[in-house]
Amino acid sequence: MRTRIAYIASNTFREAVRDRVLYNLIAFALLLSGAAILVGQISIEIEKLVVINLGLTAVSLFGVVIAIFIGIGLVSKEIEKRTLYTVLSRPVRRWEFIIGKFFGLAGTLVVNTFFMAIGVFVALFYVSHKFVRADALILVALYFIILEFLIICSLALLFSSFSSPLLSAVFAFSLFVIGSFAEDLRNFAGMATGVSRWLATGAAYLVPNFSAFNVITSIAHEQPVAGQLILQNTLYALFYATMALSGAVLIFERRDLK
Amino acid sequence: MPAIEILGLEKTYSVGFWRKRPKRALHPLQLTVEDGEIFGFLGPNGAGKTTTLKLLMGLVFPTAGSARILGREWTDPSVKAQIGFLPEQPYFYDYLTAHELLEYYGQLSGVHAKQRKPRVEQVLQQVGLRDVQGVQLRKFSKGMLQRVGIGQAILHDPKLVFFDEPMSGLDPMGRREVRDLMEQLKHEGKTVFFSTHILSDAEALCDRVAIIHKGELRGVGAVEDLTSSVQGKVEVIWQGTQVPASIKALGAECHVTGDRVRAIIAENQQDAMIDALRRELQRLIAITPVRTSLEAYFVEKLKRAETTAGTTA
Amino acid sequence: MKQRQKTTLVASACLIASLAASSFVLHRVDQLRPQATLDEVLFLSSPKLIKRASLGYDGLMACIYWTRAVQYFGYRHHYYATSYNLLAPLLEITTHLDPHLVVAYEFGTSFLAPQPPHGAGQPDRAIELMEYGIQNNPDNWRLYYDLGFVYYMELRDYKKAAETFERGSHVSNAHPFLKILAAQMAQHAGEYETARMLWSATYQTTQDQQIKQNAIEHLRALRVDEDVQHLQEAVTRFGERTGRLPASMAELASAEGLAGTPADPDGHPYKLTPEGRVEVRVPDDFPFASKGLPPGYKPAPKFHALP
Repeated sequence: MRTRIAYIASNTFREAVRDRVLYNLIAFALLLSGAAILVGQISIEIEKLVVINLGLTAVSLFGVVIAIFIGIGLVSKEIEKRTLYTVLSRPVRRWEFIIGKFFGLAGTLVVNTFFMAIGVFVALFYVSHKFVRADALILVALYFIILEFLIICSLALLFSSFSSPLLSAVFAFSLFVIGSFAEDLRNFAGMATGVSRWLATGAAYLVPNFSAFNVITSIAHEQPVAGQLILQNTLYALFYATMALSGAVLIFERRDLK
Repeated sequence: MPAIEILGLEKTYSVGFWRKRPKRALHPLQLTVEDGEIFGFLGPNGAGKTTTLKLLMGLVFPTAGSARILGREWTDPSVKAQIGFLPEQPYFYDYLTAHELLEYYGQLSGVHAKQRKPRVEQVLQQVGLRDVQGVQLRKFSKGMLQRVGIGQAILHDPKLVFFDEPMSGLDPMGRREVRDLMEQLKHEGKTVFFSTHILSDAEALCDRVAIIHKGELRGVGAVEDLTSSVQGKVEVIWQGTQVPASIKALGAECHVTGDRVRAIIAENQQDAMIDALRRELQRLIAITPVRTSLEAYFVEKLKRAETTAGTTA
Repeated sequence: MKQRQKTTLVASACLIASLAASSFVLHRVDQLRPQATLDEVLFLSSPKLIKRASLGYDGLMACIYWTRAVQYFGYRHHYYATSYNLLAPLLEITTHLDPHLVVAYEFGTSFLAPQPPHGAGQPDRAIELMEYGIQNNPDNWRLYYDLGFVYYMELRDYKKAAETFERGSHVSNAHPFLKILAAQMAQHAGEYETARMLWSATYQTTQDQQIKQNAIEHLRALRVDEDVQHLQEAVTRFGERTGRLPASMAELASAEGLAGTPADPDGHPYKLTPEGRVEVRVPDDFPFASKGLPPGYKPAPKFHALP
């Protein structure tokens, strides 16, 4: 069982690589190099700030885009192209398929982020000419970004299990955007009354809350991240991804593959 | 133990966006396929052949009914390791090469690593793709994809193989190869269940056939039984340009074409005919029992179904 | 093949021709609209809205708005503008997105508070900005310095300035001069020495080039003001002693026992007018000087000055 998931995951990774997804790294490298070189002309004091902000924001955004664009096709493309028939006629459980796809996509993003992280540190060295202890915080920010990816991958898979790629993309992007307003949604829920209160509260807890994951601004100012936050974010991401994946499994288990 | 027992499998789809209308793709089906036989599942396009196969593969869930495959419930996951499936007009991950695909499928089917490599090589050889095993599937022609499909179906040495329209897209050479392969599989003791609308293939290969039309089973039986003529006629061909009187006396219908004569006689007149030919010093070329072709049986069954439907409507 | 070659030729010619034409037209359009890039309109002006729109990537947005603010001010200042209406909103948006971007508060001190054409002339908004900054960065002594600076320089509220410097001196890692400045305010608020201390402190502790340059200009002006004042007092003393005005700067210098002719920071000697006024040779070189300017002096009109 475990090995089948591993095989599916590695095949998904192989598909992403052959789909030339990793070429996005070139665009990323160009962006970061250009920024690092140009930023010196703005203000010496905030060179490092700009590199960290731009670098990590790019890692996050590039990753979200990749997660959504690959994730939405993971299941629906296989159903549409009927490549799924010969896979499911083998001793592969449907849930193993979903979980394997998830790990494949997550793994792709982790590898992608790894290379990008190298790029960020290189650019940082270029503008600062040295590393300080506080730069290790960048790793924390990257870890949080990866946790965000896990949530988005699981959501993309969830939508892919029942919806067309186009609709899945719309849903996934919408949730990403709403997720950054999740705090406002909770405030609104607190102020609303009656039915809208229940709806808003429900929505506020169902929608992924990304605000706690975005520490880019604070680590750019070398502010430490509480260990408690790291733990809680990890748990939240795990639980949320599990929730979305369970939904995906439930839907996919029952689906007629016409 | 029968290889496949279909016990009332039924599928009704809800069609339409707002007002869902039920569409019956498969009426309750009762069918048994014996171990070690080549079974043909015949029917025109849209008859329900693919639906039946998808139900058995667990790709689609039945509205009612069940099935047993190799003695176990068809939903039992352990069954999957023993069966192979070739879907209609198969499509595979086009970014993989033939070798990689078989390797991957071998992994998923639980073929042990040590046996996998030699087995993949063997199968590639068997389906004639060894020379292109490093080429990405996106560059494969339809016929080549069909071969890959057959390869992945037999890769893990299953006891029972399901083929949906296996000859489609193949040139005559390819079809011949597939036919030989199916014979080979039977020879190895495997059961082959395949669906097709090409009756000559079924006639040549199958031990038994079932005919399905508009989701309903119309007939089942051994090919021999279905096609054997109740009239018991025999066709005799000999070399000659005219029909001798003694032979005409037997009351046969004779046709002369070039330097051959063709005559249809009753089965019990066969010996008399042979004697007559020898007396007349005519050179016998062939004696063949006249069979109703499967096609005729097929058409007749369908026509009867139409009329029944017409009279009940 | 011939048909295809013809099509290729025509299409390529069209491509090149239209590319050239569109570039030419765009160039003409740009000339018609000189401020095409930095218009006097902020389409999104609500800091809260912009924060929402950044989808959590506040830091980067802050950097972008900071860049806009710096370029906005630098561009307009270069063209001798007399109003900087967007500076306050831009700085407010920047700091709302990233309250820890300390350089933005410094910028506000130097360029939001002073009167035009050297600043936006909005000391109250500068104070609001500083207080917001202090609220969000209570351990950053620089912000107290900046706030005190505004009270001193622009509002001449020496008491408040002293209080602020005092507040700041209690912050851990506070620069020792905060305590000194607090004391200085109490006693010697109006003196040149105090102002010099403040501008020197600003010059030394900032990393922003524009702020540094601004500080230098102020220090130069202080030098001129001080020189002119002393020289003017010398003229008065001369008059009291001799009953007449000195004939020349040289005569005044020797009467005072000064070695050589007194000169401004650029090395140009100060002028002594027939009416006995001490003046600086090139007033335009000292935009912040308040003494030594010819009567009725106005800065030379600048062509292409922005409103």
